[in-house]
Amino acid sequence: MRAILTLNNVTFTYAPEDSSIKNAIEDVSFSVQEGEWIAIVGHNGSGKSTIARLINGLIFPQNGTVEVIGEPLNEDNLWNSRSQIGMVFQNPDNQFVGATVQDDVAFALENNGVPHDEMVKRVREALKQVNMDSFLNHEPSHLSGGQKQRVAIAGALALQPRMLILDEATSMLDPQGRQEVLSIVRELREKTGLTVLSITHDLEEAMMADRLLFMNGGKKFAEGTPSEIFAMGDQLVKLGLDLPFALKLGKLLQINGVNLSGEPMTEEELVNDLWISNFKN
Amino acid sequence: MDIKLQKLSFAYAPGTPFEKRALFDVDLAIASGSYQAIIGHTGSGKSTILQHLNALLKPTEGSIQIGDKVITAGKKEKDLRPIRQKVGIVFQFPEHQLFEETVLKDIIFGPMNFGVPEEEAMENARDLVKLVGLPEAVLEKSPFDLSGGQMRRVAIAGVLAMEPDVIVLDEPTAGLDPRGRKEIMDLFYQLHQKRNLTTILVTHSMEDAARYADQIAIMHEGRCVLTGTPREIFSDIETLSNYRLEVPQIIHFQKQLEQKAGFSFPKLCLTEEEFASMISEWLQERRNQS
Ligand SMILES: Nc1ncnc2c1ncn2[C@@H]1O[C@H](COP(=O)(O)OP(=O)(O)OP(=O)(O)O)[C@@H](O)[C@H]1O
Ligand SMILES: Nc1ncnc2c1ncn2[C@@H]1O[C@H](COP(=O)(O)OP(=O)(O)OP(=O)(O)O)[C@@H](O)[C@H]1O
Ligand SMILES: [Mg+2]
Ligand SMILES: [Mg+2]
Repeated sequence: MRAILTLNNVTFTYAPEDSSIKNAIEDVSFSVQEGEWIAIVGHNGSGKSTIARLINGLIFPQNGTVEVIGEPLNEDNLWNSRSQIGMVFQNPDNQFVGATVQDDVAFALENNGVPHDEMVKRVREALKQVNMDSFLNHEPSHLSGGQKQRVAIAGALALQPRMLILDEATSMLDPQGRQEVLSIVRELREKTGLTVLSITHDLEEAMMADRLLFMNGGKKFAEGTPSEIFAMGDQLVKLGLDLPFALKLGKLLQINGVNLSGEPMTEEELVNDLWISNFKN
Repeated sequence: MDIKLQKLSFAYAPGTPFEKRALFDVDLAIASGSYQAIIGHTGSGKSTILQHLNALLKPTEGSIQIGDKVITAGKKEKDLRPIRQKVGIVFQFPEHQLFEETVLKDIIFGPMNFGVPEEEAMENARDLVKLVGLPEAVLEKSPFDLSGGQMRRVAIAGVLAMEPDVIVLDEPTAGLDPRGRKEIMDLFYQLHQKRNLTTILVTHSMEDAARYADQIAIMHEGRCVLTGTPREIFSDIETLSNYRLEVPQIIHFQKQLEQKAGFSFPKLCLTEEEFASMISEWLQERRNQS
């Protein structure tokens, strides 16, 4: 395995001329291996979207380097790098460029010189994957919130990227829509070795990652597997997070005097534990 | 304020080649002081309904009554100011309701427009930013130089500043961090009770609908297909799945346990707290019997 993305001691401020304003990102280092699924979690304003913008070369660090696919990102290799990274922004409105849904999804492909027939095929396929293939000629701004998010996701999928960055990309999808998108991503990862970086407030989505990066006040507060991070318990709440469903319910049951033998992380584990400890025979 | 939608239909761009019918014959009555949730699949018409509640959109057919004001399709309505003052909407995208140079100006804009003195409005704004979990320093920043979740909080503060009687929330927790999500939903609930507000919540979180609402309405392809209490709505898993919806995670959990145990518990629990105390009582009772 090799690193597809590395941040070395990255510091960034939106207000370089005003030292009274805190850095949005302060001395952050981490890397992501090819094929890995990493999730970034952390309170509002902790610097997550700023990291996404740095990776996409929308902004450049005042200190430190961002390396994408082995090369420090600069204005010369920016376009090549962007052609390999599919990015879904937090607000889909900021992302739309095309006058119709299909033009929008095609935009990045056209820029990358994908031949016309291939492009049409990919656009259709990506929109079908997110159930938006009956909206080809609609105006993106005239869609519902969840429909906008689906189109933005299709745009990133059509690119067939090596790495997919999802910044709160499922926040307005209905529960089924969210599951659908996550399983598309999981499948692609198995089939093509896609690398995934998901920025999310959804703890169940974060649990699907191999590794979590936990941001606090612009700094990397912790890094580890979901079990390692969620073992932090009440400290999570202080820093803006919460416990995932099973851990939270497990605690609540114990407070109410119900026996459990372990600290189950998933719904299934908790059902089993609760049953074995209290209901079996 | 009582709100009543009667045979309300709506089309975007009616009479043009782009016409898009979004609502069909919607009947929905929301009693003053109640907490109404509206759930439904993507594109089912939820946000379109909400925009009728303060007359941003007007029915193509049918009518909507808001307090003593009736807006009927095809009739011109003169004075919508009282409705705009009494009905506060938190939009699905906070960017759509922020517009001033600074957060402070944004929050005081509404109240000052309705005659609140500047000093008082400013003092309120300072309290409100703290209430929604932001540092006071944010008041001097541009609302567009904020993170997504910070913008959401400012938009919420701006609506609360109007002290509306009816508060309309379109996915108000999208983009909030997990702690903020709980704090803000609890804040809305406290205000709902303390000020006897009418609250209308559109949400994809079945958990929030189950926990806070008195009544739930299900939208499906532009129609209001079912209304009921959370317990009624979430008891019928099959109907929900026809509308591509799910039960809250705790109900799913209870069903899994019942399946394993081979019996059903006396009631369906809508929240984790309710479930934990039911299990604890149930086990206690069994111990007493043996
Ligand atoms: N365009 C901007 N100009 C100035 N400051 C900004 C800008 N965007 C974000 N900031 C500030 O930088 C910090 C980090 O913001 P960022 O958007 O990276 O947070 P985030 O972790 O993505 O938060 P959220 O969960 O709310 O999306 C915050 O303090 C925010 O106010
Ligand atoms: N400005 C518009 N012009 C034309 N059609 C629109 C417009 N806004 C929404 N629609 C369409 O009307 C239908 C209902 O949209 P609405 O925004 O009410 O859905 P919603 O239930 O809020 O969905 P979501 O959960 O995705 O936010 C959708 O099919 C949508 O594409
Ligand atoms: Mg963000
Ligand atoms: Mg909507």
